[in-house]
Amino acid sequence: MIEVKDLTKHYAGLKAVDGISFTIPRGICLGLLGPNGAGKTTTVEMLEGILRPSSGTILYKGAPLGAEFRNEAGIMFQHTALQEHITVREVLKLFQQFYPHTRSLDELIEICALGEFLERDTRKLSGGQRQRLLLAIALINNPEIVFLDEPTTGLDPQSRRNLWEQVRRIKGENKTLILTTHYMEEAYELCDEILIMDHGKIIACGVPRELLAEHYKNSILTLPADALPAGFKPDPGSSLLPQEDRVEILSREVNTSIEHLIKHQISLTHLLVRSPTLEDLFLELTGHSLRS
Amino acid sequence: MSPHRFLALLKARNQEFLRDRTALGWNIIMPVLIVIGFAFAFGSEDQDLYKVGVQGETADNSRLETFLTTRHIQFIPIESQTDAITKVDRHQLDMLIDIPGNRYWINNSSAKGYILERLLDTSELQKDSVSGKEIRYVDWVIPGVLGMNIMFSSLFGVGYVIVRYRKNGVLKRLSATPLTAFEFLLAQIVSRLLMIVAFTTLVYIGTDQLIGFRMYGSYWLLLTVLILGGLSMISVGLLIAARMTSEEAANGLLNLISWPMMLLSGVWFSLEGSHPLVQQLALALPLTHMIDAARAIMIDGAGPADIWPQLIALTGFSVIFIWIGAKTFRWE
Repeated sequence: MIEVKDLTKHYAGLKAVDGISFTIPRGICLGLLGPNGAGKTTTVEMLEGILRPSSGTILYKGAPLGAEFRNEAGIMFQHTALQEHITVREVLKLFQQFYPHTRSLDELIEICALGEFLERDTRKLSGGQRQRLLLAIALINNPEIVFLDEPTTGLDPQSRRNLWEQVRRIKGENKTLILTTHYMEEAYELCDEILIMDHGKIIACGVPRELLAEHYKNSILTLPADALPAGFKPDPGSSLLPQEDRVEILSREVNTSIEHLIKHQISLTHLLVRSPTLEDLFLELTGHSLRS
Repeated sequence: MSPHRFLALLKARNQEFLRDRTALGWNIIMPVLIVIGFAFAFGSEDQDLYKVGVQGETADNSRLETFLTTRHIQFIPIESQTDAITKVDRHQLDMLIDIPGNRYWINNSSAKGYILERLLDTSELQKDSVSGKEIRYVDWVIPGVLGMNIMFSSLFGVGYVIVRYRKNGVLKRLSATPLTAFEFLLAQIVSRLLMIVAFTTLVYIGTDQLIGFRMYGSYWLLLTVLILGGLSMISVGLLIAARMTSEEAANGLLNLISWPMMLLSGVWFSLEGSHPLVQQLALALPLTHMIDAARAIMIDGAGPADIWPQLIALTGFSVIFIWIGAKTFRWE
């Protein structure tokens, strides 16, 4: 669907995006992850045709981004104000007029659950309602490719899960999705493939489950920070990952690690054994947490 | 250019403006208050000096010497008798004396003219009279106040709004649709022009009902000046909004432009007699041409032949500014 080759973007000497290449097959949901300043928003905006690349090519269905792309792409921006003093229904009608082919309003209202605030001024929407409206605008031209730039940032857990449901429904329509997010859980839930960026380069890409299996053979043990004596060393082959309020042991083999802890008479009352998540992978690859 | 997209955006912009109560109030109530304020403040005669136009030599005139040396009367030499008669008609002169012709003119409805006639030894002079109503300051100032309102409405309603759209992401959202910059800008221009014509007409009719203006010219010509003037002001707003991204900077720049116009374009006082440099500078401001033309139509009954330089200037400003504004416009 989209082919990116040697894409770069310079800002006054700074390389925001540094020669990246990848392809996005039709019908998948691609997650773009990276810490702040990694270049993911710049990358997405170049894919959306909003920013002009310094060099490199972006092909949509084998051709440069043009009128066809504009008609077939739906974009949900991260920070978007809408014209003021007009209602949700009027905004939808306005955007409908911009495209030659559009989805029916009834369908959009149903998919994005806009029914309860259709006649409300756009300024008086809650965060979740606003995101649903922006999603509806992104879908108004029944796009083949949909860009979602941090769609759930700032939403409460309930609204976030509602929006995930709507995104899953769009995925079910066999559309191609490109999603940037700060939430690893979101990427894990929604994305078929992820692409992790840092310092303008791609540092990892693939199917989330496979990426985790590739990097981690085993589990993580978590204990309170004061549970271990000073100078404690885990069993050979495992490693310590000190966190702010807790200690994590990246274990080679769970049974051996636990026996080692018992042998050193360490209390296991607050022991937690878990599988590594994308968050752990991200931390390991980039050296910093996503939300920092 | 898609009329569909243009009309949709035009409608949305009109709704946005009409539903914004504060902007609406600013556009209607302010000019009405200013005009009414002036009508009361300058309702009574503001000068106790009599003004007499004198045609011909006054030096060796023993016959009229007593009159011509009266204190508290300003004697003004005049060049054109026709112009001077018009001034008597409009109460800008209280009397006109044609010494070689042995004639004088007064306005029958002017109390000052009556007093002056009693002071003058009229035995050898022929009396002529006119009956026009006086031009009050409020008649003179109304084109200025309306012009100023149009200026603020255009500069801030187009310039500031587009910069705000750019800052808060409205432009970014629109740019990701098939909408073109041309369609967007045209919708902004047409929307604001429609609002300006509608509200200026409304304010004019409303204040005219309350106070009653002198209007000696053609309403159609006045409307033409209103549209061209409005367009030229909008084009200035467009030029400022083409690339700016900071609302604060735009606000500052808009004030920097609007204040000289308010002071130098003859909104409140005539620039006649001011320094030639100031007068030249004023000609570089579109508002000057708009107010001059409107005033000429209303007070002097000027026709298209009299105000063509202003019409050309306003058209020129509009074409050039819109062209540059559209060329340099960026969504981001």
